[in-house]
Amino acid sequence: MSIFINKDTKVITQGITGKTGQFHTEKCQEYANGKQCFVAGVNPKKAGESIFNIPIYASVKEAAHETGATVSVIYVPPAGAADAIWEAVEADLDLAICITEGIPVRDMLMVRNRMKAKEAAGGKRTLLLGPNCPGLITPEEIKIGIMPGHIHRKGRIGVVSRSGTLTYEAVAQLTEIGLGQSSAVGIGGDPINGLKHIDVMRAFNDDPDTDAVIMIGEIGGPDEAEAARWCKAHMKKPIVGFIAGVTAPAGKRMGHAGALISGGADTAEAKLAVMEECGFKVTRNPSEMGKLLKAML
Amino acid sequence: MKIHEYQGKEILRQFAVPVPRGIAAFTVQEAVEAAQKLGGPVWVVKAQIHAGGRGKGGGVKVAKSIEDVKRLASEILGMQLVTHQTGPVGQKVRRLYIEDGADIQKEYYVSLVTDRASQSIAFIASSEGGMDIEQVAHDTPEKIITELIDPLTGLGDAQAKKIADAVGIPADSTAQAVDVFKKLFNCYMDTDASLVEINPLNRDSKGNIMALDAKFNFDANALFRHPEIVAYRDLDEEDAAEIEASKFDLAYISLDGNIGCLVNGAGLAMATMDTIKLFGAEPANFLDVGGGATPEKVTEAFKIMLKNPKVEAILVNIFGGIMKCDTIAHGVITACKAVNLKVPLVVRMKGTNEDLGKKMLADSGLPIISANTMAQAAQAVVAALKA
Repeated sequence: MSIFINKDTKVITQGITGKTGQFHTEKCQEYANGKQCFVAGVNPKKAGESIFNIPIYASVKEAAHETGATVSVIYVPPAGAADAIWEAVEADLDLAICITEGIPVRDMLMVRNRMKAKEAAGGKRTLLLGPNCPGLITPEEIKIGIMPGHIHRKGRIGVVSRSGTLTYEAVAQLTEIGLGQSSAVGIGGDPINGLKHIDVMRAFNDDPDTDAVIMIGEIGGPDEAEAARWCKAHMKKPIVGFIAGVTAPAGKRMGHAGALISGGADTAEAKLAVMEECGFKVTRNPSEMGKLLKAML
Repeated sequence: MKIHEYQGKEILRQFAVPVPRGIAAFTVQEAVEAAQKLGGPVWVVKAQIHAGGRGKGGGVKVAKSIEDVKRLASEILGMQLVTHQTGPVGQKVRRLYIEDGADIQKEYYVSLVTDRASQSIAFIASSEGGMDIEQVAHDTPEKIITELIDPLTGLGDAQAKKIADAVGIPADSTAQAVDVFKKLFNCYMDTDASLVEINPLNRDSKGNIMALDAKFNFDANALFRHPEIVAYRDLDEEDAAEIEASKFDLAYISLDGNIGCLVNGAGLAMATMDTIKLFGAEPANFLDVGGGATPEKVTEAFKIMLKNPKVEAILVNIFGGIMKCDTIAHGVITACKAVNLKVPLVVRMKGTNEDLGKKMLADSGLPIISANTMAQAAQAVVAALKA
């Protein structure tokens, strides 16, 4: 099985007609059950047309209504991306996955708080993955996002990370030593985002087809420590942990907007210490993540 | 993006936050003219650099005559100002701000930042203004209060008054403080700031509230809609290599070690740096070439890394996902030839068309060391350094 998505998931692509959207939609279609999964695109100016045999609708609401899709993936450029997220939320989708990098923090603050206000008022909860993330994949079933499909194998290990290429690194290590993945999730490198480590760990814990998890974090913010504390109390499965950024200087934004040390508790060393306390098998050598996990099974 | 204090105060004036009168000066002559225009009788001569801690470092001085202004301006202008934020080399002072002396009675601290955990705006305030806030946080954390503001509703009178009361602002100044706090919040939101810090916020002997310093940082993602803030950018305050890198859409940060790193993806780049350290050496830089590592981009990245005289070896670590390893190999070979590479180079490539990429590197005739894992690559580059 898997978390959040599987071979029967129906997906709307927002920003399907842009260069990035086109490129990755084609790759997602080619992967496993992709042809059946990617059922709609959105562009108000091109409604009624189609691209790669995928019909284009004027709005997410219409696309969802016409196709029964419950998930959307967003490639809309930064200036309009938060509005695209809100459109998916207003259409009451289950999950919106925002790939877009470089969205203004204020826009994310506004849309996240509007999402919370909608839920508080009794509206349907839409999960958000990202922004600035690679997406998520359930190997040999469905890939939603920009990760290279071919490095993945179907299996029983969960992977969660903020970083795209570091997720691929962990997945490739697992595949190389014969361990497949249940799902691999990139939650994104932005400071204001949707699903956090703790949410994904919770989902992996509940998934009967996930046996163990690699959790990868970065400097900046309290999320990894929060997830580690939750895992100490609730997680029934072994976890390997790694935090990138031991060598990062304070006060510098290391590529990701969220990767910035601002206090004392968000350094790599501080997070590694909390994870270790909470029963994670932590490593300072990212080449060993797969091997360490195998030894724990 | 950071700006100078005098620019920050220009922004505060636009939001009607009270600040002292002041004039920026680039020469001693301009400083004297500014002082004459302001009229005195007391002036503050302030070094304008982006780092904090200027007062302690000797970059902020009080003048009581035009002669004083002239003397202090010539001392401060051009000095290498060292503060706890500049590092031991310090930062050269190229601009001054000449300001009216303030009637300081009680100094407070206020700042606004985005709080990731609650996804709201944190309004941080303290009765202990005018000092290093990190020190206050360490010694007397109970004297710092944090109030979370919902970005949808904004900062209202009641919440602003709560902050004023919590830091002990006297009743006769509460109305002014509430007004200033609300304006600061609007300023934070409207300018897409990631930090607004006023230290000190002064209450004078008449009870008036005024911002005596202004520190701003802005969300780089939002600069596209703020040309007025981009115009404040001072390239003299930034690292030359980082500026050059940003022209080519490369994320680059200078560090102190001697191993240049070129990696795709921010997380993998940090992990690569960490692995180098794990095996006993120090990275010379952080460099993320991003998803589209074209030969042109890789060549520029090599040029930028090699401008750093400390670089004695280079490690390239690329996870070829969408970008295929043979394309990257082509980029690395082109770059090596273009820059006539003289230092040892270790390349680790993983992913799509990995074998083809490795073969291209081997056949290139260039002295490139190939590695299979990040750890092997780090060990190889450390060994090459010692050889």
